Amino acid sequence: MSAGRERLVAGYPESLTEQAFHYCPGCTHGIAHRLVAEALDALGLRERTIGVASVGCSVFAYNYFNCDMQQAAHGRAPAVATGIKRVLPDAVVFTYQGDGDLASIGTAEIVHAAARGENITVIFINNTNYGMTGGQMAPTTLIGQKTTTTPLGRVAENNGYPIRMAEMLATLDGPAYIARVSLHNAQAVVQAGRSIKKAFQAQLERAGFSMVEVLSTCPTNWGMTPVKALEHLEKVVAEYYRVGVLVDRTKEVAG
Amino acid sequence: MERRLMKGNEAIGEAAIAAGCRYFFGYPITPQNELPEYMARRLPEVGGVYLQAESEVSAINMVYGAAGAGARVMTSSSSPGISLKQEGLSYIAGAELPCVVVNMVRGGPGLGGIQPAQSDYFQATKGGGHGDYHLLVLAPASVQELVNLVREAFDLADKYRNPVMILGDGVLGQMMEPVTIADPVPVASLPAKPWATTGAQDRPANLINSLYIDPLELSAHNAKLIAKYERMAREELRFERYCADDAEILLVAYGITARICRTVVDLGRQAGLKLGLFRPISLFPFPYAPLADLIAEVGVNKVICVEMSAGQLVEDVRLAVEGRVPTVLYGYPGGVVPLPAEILSRIKGEGGANGVRRS
Ligand SMILES: Cc1ncc(C[n+]2csc(CCOP(=O)(O)OP(=O)(O)O)c2C)c(N)n1
Ligand code: SF4
Repeated sequence: MSAGRERLVAGYPESLTEQAFHYCPGCTHGIAHRLVAEALDALGLRERTIGVASVGCSVFAYNYFNCDMQQAAHGRAPAVATGIKRVLPDAVVFTYQGDGDLASIGTAEIVHAAARGENITVIFINNTNYGMTGGQMAPTTLIGQKTTTTPLGRVAENNGYPIRMAEMLATLDGPAYIARVSLHNAQAVVQAGRSIKKAFQAQLERAGFSMVEVLSTCPTNWGMTPVKALEHLEKVVAEYYRVGVLVDRTKEVAG
Repeated sequence: MERRLMKGNEAIGEAAIAAGCRYFFGYPITPQNELPEYMARRLPEVGGVYLQAESEVSAINMVYGAAGAGARVMTSSSSPGISLKQEGLSYIAGAELPCVVVNMVRGGPGLGGIQPAQSDYFQATKGGGHGDYHLLVLAPASVQELVNLVREAFDLADKYRNPVMILGDGVLGQMMEPVTIADPVPVASLPAKPWATTGAQDRPANLINSLYIDPLELSAHNAKLIAKYERMAREELRFERYCADDAEILLVAYGITARICRTVVDLGRQAGLKLGLFRPISLFPFPYAPLADLIAEVGVNKVICVEMSAGQLVEDVRLAVEGRVPTVLYGYPGGVVPLPAEILSRIKGEGGANGVRRS
């Protein structure tokens, strides 16, 4: 290709810092970060965005997102984001939370932020376990799934059933946009990126609460190679947690 | 502003608004409900936001977010709710965010009761949540002082980038007294907060955070916090002496109990007893040296610590007295407000005991 015809097809997002991720090899947290950054770039939002990092493997998200950030206590990110958004209604505010953070210790905060129609965007990383603390059971752990605290596999009689957060929140009137996406292959990643962008657009329209549940891998604690973990994500995890758009009360905008 | 009759809880609200506070995150609990209710009415009138959170846990985390976004922000509760706020307060102190928190203390432990108490003294002054930190704690004894301290609390919170607690009780929140509220500060004239997360436009990104994973960094962060508390101890001691200059028996009490003790001093003096009163107003930092100096200077031969709790304030009083004179506790926990006459008869040796209210 001659120099004159070179065309940049992919670059490093402005909304990411150059800090190398600390995530395990093959972990899809990094892909999710990139998708969020690309959405902020595409919509030109970096300079008016405040992100809220949660407690989990993504606790250092503030080192990676090149925008103003606050680090919240475990599960409290939606409350922190509410405080920010009420003070700065013209800013774009998002949380980035794991499934232990959002679906267990932080259930009250996420349910009420959604019910209030709080005009924030939530990126919810569901990897079906507590990654950071060593792979314990999460509310999202599948029946039969082995974790360090369900060594024989999750049993409903003892541990109850997995929570489908997206469906649960979709019963409320506050949310403007709720979708579930997966990161198991390139096509799915492209779709995930579209949904994340759409969630931010919902916030820009002041349509209400938006959340994208991102099915994600944890090869380290699943005890799988990165490739095997992606297969498991597609064949097993996404079988229980079906991808799709659950709520869309936004105006029609081109995705 | 003109003088008017106001209930303590409502006066806090108006004083906060005058101090430039435009955001309040609350959750109902007796005996402080008039404050969130007042804010729900008044804040929208001045372009502010009142939000009822789903719990005290959420309310304090909303305060974290709002304070991090640069706003003057407040929350209030009473004892059980303040317990739930401890996690958030620890994060707020760690992240060095300014905010004002009101605790209208009620008796405990557990659900306790709804009558006035001072049993959250340890929780308020010694940290309360996890980690090495302190709130700056102010304890008013009248509605006017409450109003004045709320105004100061916002300035102190900004000065130190630290949460400030107003420690009151059910009496103070519920009683009505004439007050004058200082003229409102224009919000635009408040000090700039270049560290706040407001969007990284034409500047590097800002971060509000309490995580320092490297122990050396965390210890440096702790050293910075310690230096801040030491500066408070040098610059923010507040206290009042009443009839103390020739006192032989010195009462030490704060808040509403100190007000009761003023009457005890007056009654005692009429009966020929040389009573005096030392009233700490800042509970953290505690006025150790002013109390010790007073005892040395005046020739006090006995110190009586009167508190509506089972022996919390007395620990700080003993740290100040350092065993120089006998220090005894008159403790009234459980939501019982001691009467001046019963305190006086105890001083005269006519009976009475800790935890016992003679009706
Ligand atoms: C109050 C509190 N309880 C427990 C912890 C310990 N903790 C840290 S991360 C974590 C789980 C995070 O799991 P998840 O949200 O699923 O995120 P992941 O690490 O899987 O990305 C826990 C329990 C904590 N930091 N704070
Ligand atoms: S522990 Fe799991 S979720 Fe955490 S970085 Fe490693 S692979 Fe990712």
